[in-house]
Amino acid sequence: MAELSHLDELEAEAIYIIREVAAECEKPVMLYSIGKDSSVMLHLALKAFYPEKPPFPFLHVNTTWKFKEMIKFRDETAKKLGIEMLEYINEDGVKRGINPFDHGAAYTDIMKTQALKQALDKYGFTAAFGGGRRDEEKSRAKERIFSFRSASHAWDPKNQRPEMWKLYNTKINKGESIRVFPISNWTEKDIWQYIRRENIDIVPLYFAAERPVVERDGNIIMVDDERFPLKEGEVPQMKSVRFRTLGCYPLTGGIESTASTLDEIIEETLASVESERTSRVIDNEAAGSMERRKREGYF
Amino acid sequence: MSKGLLKFITCGSVDDGKSTLIGHILYDAKLIYADQEKALELDSKVGSTGGAIDYSLLLDGLMAEREQGITIDVAYRYFTTDSRSFIVADTPGHEEYTRNMAVGASFAELAVILVDASQGVLVQTRRHARICSLMGIRHYVFAVNKMDLVQYSEERFNTILADINALAGELGLPDIKLIPLSATAGDNVTAHSGNMPWYAGEPLLEYLENVDVGESGSTEKFYMPVQRVCRPDRTFRGFQGQVEAGGISVGDTVRTLPSGETATVKGILVTDKQADTAYAGQPVTISLDREVDVSRGCVITTDENLAAYGTLDVSLLWTDDSELNIGDDCIVKLGTKMIPAVVTGIKYSVDVNTGEHIPAETLHKNEIARCTIKLSEPVTADRFALHRTLGELILIDRVTNMTAACGVVENVYDKSASGQEKAAFTDGVLKARGDLFEEFYYDVNSYNVFHSQTINSTFRVGDEIPTHGKSFAYPDDFDVIVMRDRVAVLIRGRKVERLISFDEYSYDCSAPIVNGRGFAVLAKTGEDVKKFIYEYENSDESTLPELFGKWLDFDTYRKIFISGAYI
Repeated sequence: MAELSHLDELEAEAIYIIREVAAECEKPVMLYSIGKDSSVMLHLALKAFYPEKPPFPFLHVNTTWKFKEMIKFRDETAKKLGIEMLEYINEDGVKRGINPFDHGAAYTDIMKTQALKQALDKYGFTAAFGGGRRDEEKSRAKERIFSFRSASHAWDPKNQRPEMWKLYNTKINKGESIRVFPISNWTEKDIWQYIRRENIDIVPLYFAAERPVVERDGNIIMVDDERFPLKEGEVPQMKSVRFRTLGCYPLTGGIESTASTLDEIIEETLASVESERTSRVIDNEAAGSMERRKREGYF
Repeated sequence: MSKGLLKFITCGSVDDGKSTLIGHILYDAKLIYADQEKALELDSKVGSTGGAIDYSLLLDGLMAEREQGITIDVAYRYFTTDSRSFIVADTPGHEEYTRNMAVGASFAELAVILVDASQGVLVQTRRHARICSLMGIRHYVFAVNKMDLVQYSEERFNTILADINALAGELGLPDIKLIPLSATAGDNVTAHSGNMPWYAGEPLLEYLENVDVGESGSTEKFYMPVQRVCRPDRTFRGFQGQVEAGGISVGDTVRTLPSGETATVKGILVTDKQADTAYAGQPVTISLDREVDVSRGCVITTDENLAAYGTLDVSLLWTDDSELNIGDDCIVKLGTKMIPAVVTGIKYSVDVNTGEHIPAETLHKNEIARCTIKLSEPVTADRFALHRTLGELILIDRVTNMTAACGVVENVYDKSASGQEKAAFTDGVLKARGDLFEEFYYDVNSYNVFHSQTINSTFRVGDEIPTHGKSFAYPDDFDVIVMRDRVAVLIRGRKVERLISFDEYSYDCSAPIVNGRGFAVLAKTGEDVKKFIYEYENSDESTLPELFGKWLDFDTYRKIFISGAYI
């Protein structure tokens, strides 16, 4: 009798969760952030329902500040796989000119958190898959796989539903919704190894290449378009960099690296002494900042 | 040789040092990232311990936890050493948060139960061991912590050893190991301690790296609860689920439950790849060689001993803030089936400290009890000890939707005859299901009306039907209209005369008319019947009760008899 490998076990758990949601929840959606975790989650959804296509749409909440390569990759992926890809932009935020340079934390709230809530309300989704992993951050480590949100999208971390075995309780009242994290138990290393094993396409930004960058508060930031406010006399430097996580380009720190293959990335990741969220500028605030944002509806 | 993934929990009473222990393992083994280490040192400075590193801060991630210095909810941590990958669920010690501890226990293969050497075995130690045992954990490490506070005394350790052995004997824990250690001082955590030369065993981490938690020589046969039916087009119909035990190959004969049909496996997909055989743990899509009555919640199996049952005897951990009373109704989720149910009896509750059985009429939060649950229809289930996945269940509150309890099946009753969902009437391609011959009884213990199926036959044209039972009496001539199948059945002279599709049927008023359940239909003309069918087919869940109230009468041909002790 065959013994399942560590990756097989994680894959089976995720597929089980994705199928449960499709079978029991009224109107599910899979959030797609274009990052590596989303790519893995999308791949799992395709495997879970084969030979059927995933019986739910995918949703990208666009802050309008994503790397250009991400948007290109998103559109190509949706076309290639024949899946329904919804895009949501907080148009009110765009009109008000909300941007990451002038508005700091308010930018994340308006263009990500509020936009996500608006999108879920607009379509009336009752369950949304997210690619969150418990090894990313301490408050995530405490969150259930099925995480419940009130009608105002608030999370109550002190009163989470018990989650026993794989008997997921999907019942909600009108207006409430569920966030579902099928890859909760995966680590960054698992993600990379699975991407290699399954040959999953990812955005080229994960691989090292010469890119125009500047330094801001110790972070290497890529100058992805003309909207980046350069300081007087500042000229972006070409450096061989790659990104461990992808988000809004002005808020995503790269690392200097020459790792241009999956094997090199995995080797670099395993040897790494810094956990991946340090490269997200917003997390480097006071302890508890992630939990506070999650309670307010951040994914 | 790599041992594969180990999922374990740490539990035990408040302040026994669970979070500190895991924090120490992560720190010692250089398993935390540099920025986490920096954050840890920063947090420790502002925290309560004034400068010295507080390892528990690595795990207590919620703001309320850090403020109060306690663990409220289970935290999952992931680490890998040279020989094994681990997922550890660090669980809270406070009695108030017992249900969060149980969440961790349901996930784990091994439990590390901490015992404070200076305090000995406490009520909470026993409670946690009992819950771990209830949830099916087979492997236990009792980490006798804070040995530095008892001068590393072997005598003290031996006293605790005796208590643990007694507890393990009472609960029937199959595999136990005791390790004396100090989580704060680091004795026997990741390295052998010079302070306890009398302890010759491995330090904790080494033990966890090597312990074998594989199920020994599983001989279980194949079974799979169906998660969903996959129907991409008209040519393909596959049943998706996870193989829970055994193996299945193309060409094997399987049985479907509760319908009791047999079929041959035509094709297997393991995720998106065709395969000849699939094994326990794999996500599969199985297609069969013939049409079977299978939907979500059904079970496909090669095990001839599996069956559907209407009544379950369960050990429950009640986790809700509200109390449970005999007669309360709820939703049960078991396997992939969600179904209304009633708790018809509480046999006893269990004293978590002594194991004594106490008579009980209500259950409160965090109590363990043995209860009887009556399901609204038979569900494929089995004793937890025999078929794990079909013996695990949760109870969901019908109003708040909270998961109010979790439990395991200790025994099963009211076996449903296989083919329970078979048509009551059939004629060629026409089939009409019906509950006409079900008996209704009032259970005086739980103040509930239940039904049971006593006749399980399919009647064909010309067959004589039983017009009289304990709780029903039908005339010799009547029409039956079965809404869900859109078929009418004409009974004449106690015999099945004809089955007619709704499209061709019109009620001619020559005999009384009942629905598929045997309730009289209050229709005087053919037009009335047409109107009832139209209204039924255009109704939803919220309008159905009113519709039934308007068109149906229970008492005409049926009554409810009184039943005392059902089991």
